[in-house]
Amino acid sequence: MTGDVFVVIGGGQAGIQVCNSLRNSGFSGQLILVGDEDILPYQRPPLSKSFLLGDVDEQRLFFRPQSHFEKQSIEPLLGTKVIAIDRSAKTVRLEGGRTLNYTKLALTTGARVRELDCEGAANAQVHYIRSLNDSIALRNKLAGVERVAIIGGGFVGLEVAAVTRKLGKAVTVYEAEDRLMGRVVSPMLSEFFSDLHRENDVSVCLGERIDKVEVSNNTVQIYTNKQQSLDCDIIVAGIGAIANDEIALEAGLRCDRGIVVDNRCLTSDPNIVAAGDCTVHFNQFAGKTVRLESVQNAVDQAKIAASTMLGGESVYEQVPWFWSDQYDAKLQIAGINTDYDKYLTAGRVGDSRFSIFYFKDDRLIGADSINDPSCHMAVRKIMATKSASMTQIQANLNDLKSFAKQ
Amino acid sequence: MSKVTYRQADGSANTIEVPVGWSLMEAAMQNSIEGIPAECGGGCACATCHVYIDEGDMSKLPDLSDMEGDMLECVAAERLPGSRLSCQIRMTDELGDLTVTIPSEQF
Repeated sequence: MTGDVFVVIGGGQAGIQVCNSLRNSGFSGQLILVGDEDILPYQRPPLSKSFLLGDVDEQRLFFRPQSHFEKQSIEPLLGTKVIAIDRSAKTVRLEGGRTLNYTKLALTTGARVRELDCEGAANAQVHYIRSLNDSIALRNKLAGVERVAIIGGGFVGLEVAAVTRKLGKAVTVYEAEDRLMGRVVSPMLSEFFSDLHRENDVSVCLGERIDKVEVSNNTVQIYTNKQQSLDCDIIVAGIGAIANDEIALEAGLRCDRGIVVDNRCLTSDPNIVAAGDCTVHFNQFAGKTVRLESVQNAVDQAKIAASTMLGGESVYEQVPWFWSDQYDAKLQIAGINTDYDKYLTAGRVGDSRFSIFYFKDDRLIGADSINDPSCHMAVRKIMATKSASMTQIQANLNDLKSFAKQ
Repeated sequence: MSKVTYRQADGSANTIEVPVGWSLMEAAMQNSIEGIPAECGGGCACATCHVYIDEGDMSKLPDLSDMEGDMLECVAAERLPGSRLSCQIRMTDELGDLTVTIPSEQF
């Protein structure tokens, strides 16, 4: 492989994982990691959790120190935007005019936040959380304000709600749908979380859309479709993300609200792979094409992408999993649980620890666990190795771990 | 500053200084110590930062939380009496020097 040049575009979790996996697999050619942020790859999950709260300092977010890149001969090109990919010449054009040749290319460009676009939003200095700088800016701003309005009752919004309540702020959450985290969890879980936030004195407004925001004398006024208004000091929006697939699209790669990849993380060009938040793929556990925004998907796709770049035959078949920390509740999700026809509960919903198992056509498709990690891990193992019916899960509820190993 | 020695399954070892407040997982990542993927970044959500604490050091550590105990049931390598998740062990002034062994598999 000497003489080969592998270029990775995107310096997030998937990008660094592609690089590390390539080196761990013995790739000895030139390896360049292009990132548009001007710092080394870092972990994003803490940005809406412990880092925002102030429990973790910046230095501890980095995946690897500078010395790792030197030791592994990974060339980070930081603070560098990619302008275009020329697939026939096999080159990547960078901002400033420089061009990189590549033998194989990996796209790990991630996603960016969807911005609030209601009337007045542009003047309201709405905060979002995607980058380290976003989280630092919000943390600094929070130090001097009391009233926080959060738009979007998904993972990010609710994690920010929990953090800002811990910081003693007055917090209101607006969710346009009629339940929290509606895209990813069951109605039972949505209700558990709305109860949890209300118990923690968050005002949770469901089915409420923001029509307009106005700013006067440092106060932000929010007006909703239910003719309600609220005065606050700051707006934080977590209303979803958009795949960064523009350079792929412009290069003629197949995209569908994300870069389309197969189970080897290959795009429609045999020399270009893609991994992480920027991709869409047919997921065997979801039974449909999805775009997953998760650490699991970023890491596992990146490993497969690296293998494919080296001519390997590995396929992406890992069980999807997600987690969220809100107050003392750790939510762990195994599988894609939106399309179930039956469910089974272990423990009582609302207790400090319980799990809900989901089934479709009498087959286990996943589980949500609250403070029940052994159940979560057992379900991941079961789903990776076998098909389990509702009767089987029920019969083995007391020892899922042994059932997973059978 | 306290020193922590990370021994790999093959016997090789690195000793590094760990600042107070840092977890053993964070210190390993920031010093390029291999074998601790720590996919969830310290959230006690993934069980990929499993280490074995040396027998002589075990009594110095704070007790397992229920959460850590549960996650340890699910680690890839064998769970032994010295098994801990390195993301859950924070360096303190009292803890002092430690030696840990990284298992050969985390998945």
